[in-house]
Amino acid sequence: MMTQDVWEVIWLSLQVTTVSVAIGMLAGIPTGTLLGLYSFRGKRFVVALIYTCMGLPPVLVGVVVYLLLSRYGPLGSLGLLFTPEAMIIAQVILVTPILAGLTMSAVQAKERAYWETAKSLGASPVQMMITIVREARGGIWSGVAAAYGRAISEVGAVMLVGGNIEHHTRVMTTAIILETRTGNFTAGLQLGLVLLAISFLFNSFLMAGVLNQMKSRRR
Amino acid sequence: MKTIQSITTLFCLALLLLLAACSSSQPAAAPEQGNQPAAAPAPAPSAGEKKEIILATTTSTQDSGLLDALLPVFEQQSGITVKVIAVGTGQAIKLGEEGNADVLLVHSRKAEDEFVEKGFGINAFDVMYNQFYIVGPAEDPAGIKGVQSAKEAMAKIAEKQSPFVSRGDDSGTDKKEKSIWKEAAITPEGSWYVSSGQGMGETLQMADEMRAYTLTDEATFLSRKLNLEVLVQGDKSLLNPYGIIQVKSSAKPEEGMQLIRFFTEEQGQKLIGEFGKETYGKGLFVPDAKKR
Repeated sequence: MMTQDVWEVIWLSLQVTTVSVAIGMLAGIPTGTLLGLYSFRGKRFVVALIYTCMGLPPVLVGVVVYLLLSRYGPLGSLGLLFTPEAMIIAQVILVTPILAGLTMSAVQAKERAYWETAKSLGASPVQMMITIVREARGGIWSGVAAAYGRAISEVGAVMLVGGNIEHHTRVMTTAIILETRTGNFTAGLQLGLVLLAISFLFNSFLMAGVLNQMKSRRR
Repeated sequence: MKTIQSITTLFCLALLLLLAACSSSQPAAAPEQGNQPAAAPAPAPSAGEKKEIILATTTSTQDSGLLDALLPVFEQQSGITVKVIAVGTGQAIKLGEEGNADVLLVHSRKAEDEFVEKGFGINAFDVMYNQFYIVGPAEDPAGIKGVQSAKEAMAKIAEKQSPFVSRGDDSGTDKKEKSIWKEAAITPEGSWYVSSGQGMGETLQMADEMRAYTLTDEATFLSRKLNLEVLVQGDKSLLNPYGIIQVKSSAKPEEGMQLIRFFTEEQGQKLIGEFGKETYGKGLFVPDAKKR
């Protein structure tokens, strides 16, 4: 069943996930770095909020985005419901807290040693941040891999806001649901295997990142 | 030493991930395994034992609430627990073919007849029917309101290329829609024809959002509050007959037959006819039991 339709579904999955994670990185990594480096009033609350959002139920995010984008909702005039863009919005909400939270942990683990050194060498705050992000890259990569895994295997939110429309918003997970519901278990399993292969690739990525980090720690 | 430890940890992690991923791709097969232990310990139904059967049915009977009205009555009278698996007609029939259900309550006459012909099913009965509507936005861009024949109405929609949301999930409703297109000698294609691959409720919601037309069963339509209007109804091709069939390979023919008798005999038929009168002012299903 590896027809053109299947490639189309896989391709859309990769597109939506990659764009979502990229946007999530732009928002989450700076946020996480700042939270890891600086203390301020109410930080505990913000951190608790981020950790909570790391476990947001995708279906809940789906419902909220659906209601926002619905024809009868506040952003209905944009006409975004049942488009890939709507799926990206939902995914960004899901992955940004993961990226921010894991970046924060990674930065905190590195902070003390490098902060002092960088400061004593007369680095500017921006330079110090860049240094620390670079040093914490292993942990940040595992955040990226976790976010990617979450986004690509997510089904509840993309089903709701994307609508599983053929040739338009059908991605791997929603296609698996459809195949299963219509009794094509084999096709569903095949797509599941592709999903697994992609997850494996990204988790290998994660392992490489963690190994790197361990190497640098031993030095 | 440290490296070996960390590598071992990583391998364990990877294994766990793989296992987790494998088990999460399994739910498709899970119901099959779930049934066997239930079947094994009860070969001879003794009086004291709890009896269970599996009814595979379409989402429409469950979502409309019909089963909630009938099954408790049956369970109380017979002492048999009915486990309902509500899926599309395609999957329901597949469940029957693989022996994962004891009784089917579905609505796709052609697929049902094939199921019986191929020797998978016995004791097939007509149970009831309900209606399909062609619904759409009040503006009615294709001007189908009041058109008598479903075929003509669909042809008009295709001609105007007005948005139409199709189930596209091989369900009974989807098969009905496809058969009307076929009757009208039209192959629906293009950006106006949207295949949702989802259930009736979701598809209706989508049609409402997109200001599109769709074909829906009466029960699901009435149970939703939407800004869509019934535009075509009453055509003979819009009738939706349900059948109840016993799965031949069922390990519990006795209990299955009891359920079929309940649906097709006086009491069940009466309950079917009355269902929905209170809420909608009219019955959602018309009882018409007869042996095929």
